[in-house]
Amino acid sequence: MSAVVETIEAMERPPLSMGSRLEGELLEVSMGPQHPSTHGVFRMNVALDGEIVRKLKPVFGYLHRNHEKIGENTSYLGSMPYTDRLDYFCSMTNNWAYALSVEKLAGIEVPERAEYLRVILAELTRLQNHASLLGFLLSDMGAWGTPLMYAFREREKILDLFESLAGSRMMCDYMRFGGCRVDASEEWLAGAQQIVDRFPKFLDEFEELILGNEIVIGRTQNVGKLSAELAVNAGITGPMLRACGVNYDIRKIDCYGFYPRFKFRIPLGEHGDTYDRLMMRALEMRESVEILKQAFAQIAPGPIVNPKVKVRAFRPPVGEAYGRIEGPKGELGFYLISDGAPNPYRYRVRPPSFINLTVLEDLCLGHTVADVMVILGSIDIVMGEVDR
Amino acid sequence: MESLGEIKSRIEAAVFGAKIEIMQNGSPSQQHSLLIDNEHAVAVARFLRVDPALYLDFCSNVTGVDWLDRVVKKTTKVKKIVDGQEKEVVETSEEKIPGYLEAVYHLYSITHKHGPVIIRMRTSDRADGTHLPSLTPVWRSAEFQEREIFDLYGIRFGGHPDLRRILMWDEFENYPMRKDYHEPDDYEWEPTPHDDVMEKAKVHYPPRPEMDGAEKITSQP
Amino acid sequence: MIGTGILKGMAVTARNFVGSYFDKERLITVQYPEERIPLPENYRNFPFLIYDGNDSHAGLRCVACKICEKECPPQCIYIVKSQDKKPDYMGKPQFYPKVFDIDISVCMSCQICVEVCPFEAIKMDKEFELSQRERFDHLLLRKEQLSKSNEYYHKIHPVEAATVDKGLADAATAAEAKKRAAAEAAAKAAAAKAAAAAAAKAKPAADAPSPSPGSS
Repeated sequence: MSAVVETIEAMERPPLSMGSRLEGELLEVSMGPQHPSTHGVFRMNVALDGEIVRKLKPVFGYLHRNHEKIGENTSYLGSMPYTDRLDYFCSMTNNWAYALSVEKLAGIEVPERAEYLRVILAELTRLQNHASLLGFLLSDMGAWGTPLMYAFREREKILDLFESLAGSRMMCDYMRFGGCRVDASEEWLAGAQQIVDRFPKFLDEFEELILGNEIVIGRTQNVGKLSAELAVNAGITGPMLRACGVNYDIRKIDCYGFYPRFKFRIPLGEHGDTYDRLMMRALEMRESVEILKQAFAQIAPGPIVNPKVKVRAFRPPVGEAYGRIEGPKGELGFYLISDGAPNPYRYRVRPPSFINLTVLEDLCLGHTVADVMVILGSIDIVMGEVDR
Repeated sequence: MESLGEIKSRIEAAVFGAKIEIMQNGSPSQQHSLLIDNEHAVAVARFLRVDPALYLDFCSNVTGVDWLDRVVKKTTKVKKIVDGQEKEVVETSEEKIPGYLEAVYHLYSITHKHGPVIIRMRTSDRADGTHLPSLTPVWRSAEFQEREIFDLYGIRFGGHPDLRRILMWDEFENYPMRKDYHEPDDYEWEPTPHDDVMEKAKVHYPPRPEMDGAEKITSQP
Repeated sequence: MIGTGILKGMAVTARNFVGSYFDKERLITVQYPEERIPLPENYRNFPFLIYDGNDSHAGLRCVACKICEKECPPQCIYIVKSQDKKPDYMGKPQFYPKVFDIDISVCMSCQICVEVCPFEAIKMDKEFELSQRERFDHLLLRKEQLSKSNEYYHKIHPVEAATVDKGLADAATAAEAKKRAAAEAAAKAAAAKAAAAAAAKAKPAADAPSPSPGSS
């Protein structure tokens, strides 16, 4: 199944403002699906004038598995393991978003300890996602994996926690409608607390390694500037939106889960460029550590699942619901339409990475090819979510 | 945020000729939606975006839904004279609703931090009349999502800057997410013992030479 | 001075490098397969069937109810019910699976089959070194490969197995108690019926004119 390369009509002759006397046509390059820096099978058709990008059209669908159709053919519970595989870095938050939507649809309540566990696991997911993103972005810039290994050292600790709790490092399948699947023992909580207590020291070391580096600053400042108006209109959410200075965090707005019980700040950026997006992730990691400390202090023993929810033959009432959470990449939402059957009638995922890619062309115009990789890395895409 | 009824009356006052209906939602989520007509959709959307009280500047989610032809049974109690006595008799009537495709927009406001306001647009039928106006000029976030709905459902959005397939390859025919989508049965198949996909696909291929001894596996050991 | 950021970064790397000779924390590579980290108790990877005792056919807990087959999201389980029955651990005759295949090239280890099984017959294994040379035939696990003993289950999941055994034992004693109570109630009912019959027989005899007092 070969894709026809989308032919890009040549623009008029590029202006001679670069001081060059060379004339020519635009060069069409496919930064193709197999590329070490495109975060998965992602393709960009760029029209280049020398090194400057004049036009950029993203092409995706290489990982399209029609997850939404599978959701229509599977029961509500059976779709839960499939949500792990959407954004495969953050399986816990995907599970939570889906469980939240079904709970909204059916009006199910969640016991206290389950809510605390959900917050703890979601913030741990955010920690490891942001650390990995910084590591991957530095690898894209040519740092050959050293910051990536530092980030992965911490990520391994968190994934070991997930493994001892849910049974699997990445595909956790942990949340259920009305609570969580497995209870966390006291040793697990103590182990998690130890890791979280040592995280700020790692963050200090990591920031010293990356964020003061002149090469990083030179390559990311004033590159890929996104204005707040365009960001809001284009539906950008998550750290990318907050880097433009827009104060919109769904944890504070929708007040889902037990987030109102925790005191945490929302970091905001000033310029909206790539460096701000990097700093967003670094600062958000610190705020996540604050939330985790408070959650560990407040969690108390109790039931972890609502006993009134049936596991098999779960039939929610007829209707529809849209539930959303602040995932590490942006607003992750699930829209479910039920007609009373055990399978959903319409199962839709609102993928943050997909929608954040709307502005990729706008950000890259006028920059060089090298900047395209940096900008793409800072948008934080995972192809499992873009293509579903 | 105002109730849906108030929003409806303000839209009808601001946009002349707009026909809005409130669609009730039966589930505990209480997320009712507004059904807007296709002619005035762009005007209504612009009003929703710039109105100072609502200021819905953030379109979060655009979904396509496929509704097949449905038969809805309605039961009503009617007073009738039976055997000389007036009794209440239960009568069932069937209503045929023809199928259509739908686009659902979830709108939030970042400035006022409220939402969601849900609007829906329906096509006239599932065959030739699958046209809807595109709301991409109003909210740019609908650009990729409307392309996806065109790709998977076949709704053509008029006024979309770049309407082509996004997830499937360009020469693909048919629309995968529709309820009556029939999978092609000449997939390139690989033998698995309990797979009806394999049975359907085998019809299209000549007998193959041995594939790792895989031709011999059966469901019985 | 330009370059201090890079120098600071290099200092961090140097500290980690030198420190890895002294501090276990900084040397994190595990030399697999010579060194292996022990897997946590909750780790799961592909299911298996449990049998009690030594006989994998007679002690098999699965009764071929096909609930796991129906609930499995990728539909990787294939069950054919038997025609005859065999007694289960409580002595009741139950069906058993004639064919039970799991295609582990499809299975995603979501453990929904474990959650919905009402008979504690299928549990999650921990084997992950399962690579085969034949792609199609050997990645289909059949009933014989899937049946593993209860002792094996205790070895890999001690805490979980203890809970499951306790649950089954409690169910068995509860069933026993119920049976005994039912038997007692039946015996009492029979005795009451016999006494009523005896009383009915004795009544006409007492009705006959007989001035004997205190006849018991």
